[in-house]
Amino acid sequence: MLTRLFHSQLELGLAQAAAAFITAFAVVIFGRRRGIHLERETLIAMLRGIVQIVAVGFVLLALLQAPNWSSGFLLAGMIVAAGSISARRAKGIPGAFRISVTAVALGAGSVIAFMTGLGVINAAITSLVPVGSMLIANAMNTNGLALNRLRSDIIGKVGEIETALALGADAKTSVAPYMQASLESSLIPAIDSLRSLGIVWIPGLMAGMLLSGSRPIYAAIYQFVVLAMIFAASGLTAMISTLLVRKRIFSPADQLILRADAA
Amino acid sequence: MPENSAAILKADHLGRSVGTRILVEDINFEVPAGRVLAIAGPSGSGKTSLLRLLNRLDEPTAGTVYFEGFDYRSIAARELRRKIGLVTQRPFLFPGTVADNLRFGPAQRGESISVQKIDELLRRVGLEGYSSRTVTNLSGGEAQRVSFARTLANSPSVLLLDEPTSALDEESRVGVEAVIRNTVVDSNLTCVLVTHDMSQAVRLAQSALVLDSGRVARYGLITEVLHAY
Repeated sequence: MLTRLFHSQLELGLAQAAAAFITAFAVVIFGRRRGIHLERETLIAMLRGIVQIVAVGFVLLALLQAPNWSSGFLLAGMIVAAGSISARRAKGIPGAFRISVTAVALGAGSVIAFMTGLGVINAAITSLVPVGSMLIANAMNTNGLALNRLRSDIIGKVGEIETALALGADAKTSVAPYMQASLESSLIPAIDSLRSLGIVWIPGLMAGMLLSGSRPIYAAIYQFVVLAMIFAASGLTAMISTLLVRKRIFSPADQLILRADAA
Repeated sequence: MPENSAAILKADHLGRSVGTRILVEDINFEVPAGRVLAIAGPSGSGKTSLLRLLNRLDEPTAGTVYFEGFDYRSIAARELRRKIGLVTQRPFLFPGTVADNLRFGPAQRGESISVQKIDELLRRVGLEGYSSRTVTNLSGGEAQRVSFARTLANSPSVLLLDEPTSALDEESRVGVEAVIRNTVVDSNLTCVLVTHDMSQAVRLAQSALVLDSGRVARYGLITEVLHAY
């Protein structure tokens, strides 16, 4: 119906946003009748949402006109932000920010560079930045999960770790079971995404490609490609960050220096 | 150059503080080969902190320890820990069988121990036939004996025992103390025993050191220290 009334794409978009807004607010009104007061919170959230996403629209508009080399700066900024966010999950680990930034840069960054070099990711800024950001964001999540699990395991198993050290084990051997557990648990979301692809969910990228006119088979294959790249970037990031953590939580004389009171 | 050939273990103005908190300060003692030194004192007096320094699980912030006459910081930490074995208050056993736990220490330097050696170690701690048992099925006293045998599997020159009977019931305590007497006292193994039980110190040690607020309150032959206590 709206498509008949509005012929300009911008006007149509605003009308569609208004329709979605009214529908969402109708739910709020319905909730109010049942004593659930979400009016203020929902109104603020929706206004924030529309402002943020329109701002992103303007950024994308700028990206379409920016030179390809500028994507390197954008991705570098995302890597620093991702490192900063995931480092918060590693409270108490010395140098967590530097470890996280290094791990995301080497993990996600190398996969992005390699795949762009191979031509799997299009080097055009409009392709490289969105796909690269997906890899960085997932690497960030995996890194946060891995560091959080490793930190809590080590703090909870100080007795076992120091027993191994006291029996002559090196730092690597003493924490090996906890390194492995943190890696495995952090990669569960990435593995489950691959396993359930197409059965439980059709990811947004594939939906977007279909909407923009790509052939369904290519969109499906490329979705698999993206998830496999996410797995590679996430796995590499988590491996690098846990290895770097191990170097920071032991002294040169293989003394465990991470303690619960420091975390 | 060896500092003192008579003492196998010597603490020299040893201390450790974390920030402004002093854990132990200006600790001096010597343990001749084949002797047992008991370290006693109230809770929080620094007994466990001192033992961790002797095993170099923590780094001294003052003084040092001489092992077989050498500053122990000149010895690789892994080799030092093998030679100065530690049995902790709680036996942290690794998942698997009793034999797996006994193999752990030697495996760290690429060595394997024979089935006969495992059986002999288990016989010494009164757990004959326990080799293939999984550690989850052991009682507290049995687990502590396995922990003891696991440290002995490394053939240490000095044994550090951190209140090895404090977490056990009376029956298990008597059993583990008998194991200590058999394996340490009767075998002339040099030992530093942390205990809050002075009667246990008298039964097992020849000399004693009493700590109070991280400092040495008394040090000497067990009878002298007990008399002053």
